[in-house]
Formats: sequence, structure tokens, C-alpha cells
Amino acid sequence: MKILVCISKTPDTTAKIAFIEGNTKFDESGVQWIINPYDEWYALVRAIELKEKDPATIIHLVTVGGVDAESIIRKALALGGDEAIRIDSTSNDSFTIADQIAQVAKEGVYDLILTGKETIDYNSACIGSMLSALLDLPFISLADHFELNGNTATVKREIESGVETCEVTLPVIVSCQKGMAEQRIPNMRGIMAARTKPLKIVAPAVSSATTNISQFDLPPSKSGVKLIDPENMDELVKLLKEEAKVI
Amino acid sequence: MVLVYIDQADQQIKKASLEALSYGAALAKEIGCASEALVFGTVKDPLADLGKFGAQKVHQLKNETLNSLDVKVHSTLIATVAKNLNATVVVFAHNINGKAIAPAVSVKLGAGIVTGACSLPNTQNGFVVRKTVFSGKAFANIKMETPIKVIAINQNSFGLVEYNSAATIVEIKLDIPPASIKITKVEKIEGEIPLTEANLVVSGGRGLKGPENWGILLDLAKALGAATACSRPVSDTDWRPHHEHVGQTGIQIAPNLYIAIGISGAIQHLAGVNRSKTIVVINKDPEAPFFKAADYGVVGDAFEVVPKLTAAVLKAKAAN
Repeated sequence: MKILVCISKTPDTTAKIAFIEGNTKFDESGVQWIINPYDEWYALVRAIELKEKDPATIIHLVTVGGVDAESIIRKALALGGDEAIRIDSTSNDSFTIADQIAQVAKEGVYDLILTGKETIDYNSACIGSMLSALLDLPFISLADHFELNGNTATVKREIESGVETCEVTLPVIVSCQKGMAEQRIPNMRGIMAARTKPLKIVAPAVSSATTNISQFDLPPSKSGVKLIDPENMDELVKLLKEEAKVI
Repeated sequence: MVLVYIDQADQQIKKASLEALSYGAALAKEIGCASEALVFGTVKDPLADLGKFGAQKVHQLKNETLNSLDVKVHSTLIATVAKNLNATVVVFAHNINGKAIAPAVSVKLGAGIVTGACSLPNTQNGFVVRKTVFSGKAFANIKMETPIKVIAINQNSFGLVEYNSAATIVEIKLDIPPASIKITKVEKIEGEIPLTEANLVVSGGRGLKGPENWGILLDLAKALGAATACSRPVSDTDWRPHHEHVGQTGIQIAPNLYIAIGISGAIQHLAGVNRSKTIVVINKDPEAPFFKAADYGVVGDAFEVVPKLTAAVLKAKAAN
């Protein structure tokens, strides 16, 4: 059993969102970087749980990013995983990223590829689905439960009207969300071990971007809250009906 | 031609797809081409009605195996149809199914993709699509560089535009590729308004002190016909199911009205709801950060305020 977990570096959830250079670049000053929560809490931890059940399991982590992504990938290795691959590209075009990961996935021949459901910075939710097209593999999105039985996986996924259980023959790509695994924190032993785990740096394959960010902007701020007397809820209902026109 | 993929659940067309269709029709008008729809499976809704939302033609691949999602199968078929029809833009709803399929379709078409789009493309200088990023805390304008484009639009970001016309229905025949997954069980959530589709949402936080106190919130939601949501600590402690969790690491919503009860308004929570048209905050702490993001605020004890609000809503409804 060989698992590839896709890891992305994202700003911490409390990071101040601001832009520089004529609103063309995210302002990274003072930003704390974290492993994208969905990649860490659900995809990576589920892979680690699978390895705990079957120690013969090999877990590889892959990230697409510059040198500054290495602290994130080391942190991921401290949680678990056997080795990591950093593809040396700073592209933020989903296709380019998926294409790079697909090259690594083809070489590594994995039984299972796990991603988070989306990253919390660009929220594109593209990588798993794109990998499915690039590698011609089945893709199950928004999974919150994953069990293995030999060569077959049983996966629960969210659908528009509820939850579906699917069976799929490996290899498969799964995007993970809440419920998939219990969040954990790295322990000292893991942090020490991560220092010496192999981190392979791969040059990016040639891939041309299909999209480019031309400019960012921030939502307009609210004009100010109108306070309503807690004894006068008729007034609030009237405002929602006549002023806001939402009920 | 702009091709809009019409998603279904339980053989019913989703509102998100009608919104995608309205968006596709407006885009087609702007770039001067036809707007057509693509429906898979055996849908019960009358397909000619898709004309009301701007589809001139509806292409239907009537095969009941397509009623449930298999990304490999669906993306292959959508890409084939888009190629056969020479579609230049393929539009999806950025909902559960659209998120799963659209990126694979873009790869198969060699198309660029923008997911989470929130307004019509600017075609003055190239083709620039605006999307939400940083979980709703900002927007990015994305220039699409490919001849064929795939766009998945955020729910409740464009609205429905109605026309007075009917669509012609064209049945298409294609070989269905073998299934890549087998569905063994379906558990439906009955009787709930799906959060992402809801116009009105009532949401509770730790200020409600425990799951046993949710009755007042549910009563208000029922009086309004609203969906219910909650903050992350509430779903983390299992007071409420996790599909109700809205925020940066939960789901992001953009209803017309969001009523937050006993939620302080941490930045991660705001990220998930700040695209709501109107925000009402009920909190006993006047310093709660949520008031800064609110349109209307009530500083008071939720256990007293909420039942009063419910009564006021019911009174106003009875008066109508």
C-alpha cells in the first residue's frame, strides 16, 4: 500500500488579508504559514491512521512550492509520513499544480492519493478532480469516511441531498473533509524524526499556465451596524421586511 | 456557444444550476453566442422550462445510471458533448457536484478554469473572471488564457434571471463509459433546507450554552422558513452536526439574511458568512466583533431576544 498525500502551504486562518504591488500580490509580511487545514487534519492524519493499522504502508507527501514551503512539509513529516517531495514551482494556477503532482504520481505508482477538500487561500477545490483526469483514475470528493479492505476502499461522501457510501477499487483519488480523521499535534519524537526523513526536491516539469491572477481586491466594509432595542423585535422584523427587503 | 451543465439531485434540478444557467445566458448575450444546457439522467422536471432561465436548447443524455455522480464518467461525457457542440465556455454551479466534476472537464478540454466565480467575466481586455479567495475575505480577478474556458459560479452570487421562453430538447446518444465507483448506500437528509441553497439562515454559537437550548433557534428558523447553521466550536463539540458548520473551515454561504445568535464573530467565522446580503447579530456582549460586520444588531440575552423575535416574525406573517 502506497499513499500520496498532497500538502499545501496556506496563511494561518487568523492572518490579515492584504495586498501589495498595486493589489497584484498577497502581502506576506507578518503572515504565519500553516499546512492547509484540510490537507493536515483530514488527508494526512487519515493516511497516518491507515499506516498505524498496516505498518507496511508507505506514505509520501508532495507539495508544490518554493524553499519557504519546506518548514510546512517538515511539520507534515513530523506528524507522520515516510518521505516528502517538493516540486520547485511557485505557480498558483490549479492546472499547473495538478500537472506537476500528476508527474510525481505517475512515477511513484500510488494506490491512494489524498487531498484536502480545498485550500483555504484560493478555495479552488480543483486538484483532486484534475488529477483524476490527468491520471485517468476514479475520484471521490468530500469524503468523511474511508476504510480499506484489501484492494477495495469503502468511502462515504457528501452529496447534495445527504451522504452516499461508495465502493471503489484502488487506485483512487479522494478529497477529504471533516469527519475523516481526528486532528492531532506532532510529538517530540515525530519532530526529531522529521529532521532526517528524506525530502526530495524535483524540478518542475514544463507546463503552461491556463490562468493568471491579474488583481486582488477586498470586499467593501459595512457602513455600520444599526442597533435595535431588544424589547422591540417588531422593529427588527419591520426593518428586515421594508428596509433590507430580505423576508 | 456557452454550454451550462445542469446538475440534479434525486432527479430534480438544483436551484444552483438554474443560477448557473442564468449566468451562462447573460454571458452568451455579452459575447454574442447561443446559450445551451446539458442535462444527464432521468430528470423529472420539465426540461423545456430551462428556457425560462435562458437556455435556447437543452441537450439531454437520458440514462438513469447518470443520476448519481461518478466523476470519471460524468467528466468524460461532458467533455465529449462540449467538444461535439464546439462550446467555448462551459459553466457549472460551484456546488458539491460541480466542484467535483468541473476541474476534470477543464483538463479534458485543455481549458482554463475559474471556480467560485462571483460575477460575469470582463471581456473588455481579454477574459477576466472575478472569484472569491481567502474563504470570502477577498476577491481575485483571474485572467483566463485558453480558447475554451470552464467557469464554476458560486451559489447566490448571480441570482436567477427569468425570460419568457421555452427551450427545445435534443436527445443525445453516447456510449456510457463503465462506472468507476459503486454506490452501495444512500442516506438522505430529509426535510432540511440545504444550507448553500438557503435564502435565510439562522445560526447559533457557544452563546447558546448547550445543544438542549437549540429549540429557540429552531423555532425562529421554522417561523422564517430558514435553514440552520452553527459556528465551529458548536460542531466540534457535537452540539450540532458538522454539515451545519459555516466558516473558513466549514462551508461558505451567501444567503440574503444571516442571523447569528450567540456567535462572537471570529475572523474564521466571518469568512464563511460575510457575503450574506444582510447580517443580524444577537449577542449579549456589546463588544462582540461580529457587530462590526453586522447590518442590524441586538445587544441582549439570546434566551429572551430570540423567542421575542420569533413571535414578531409570526405576528408579521399572520398580518399578511
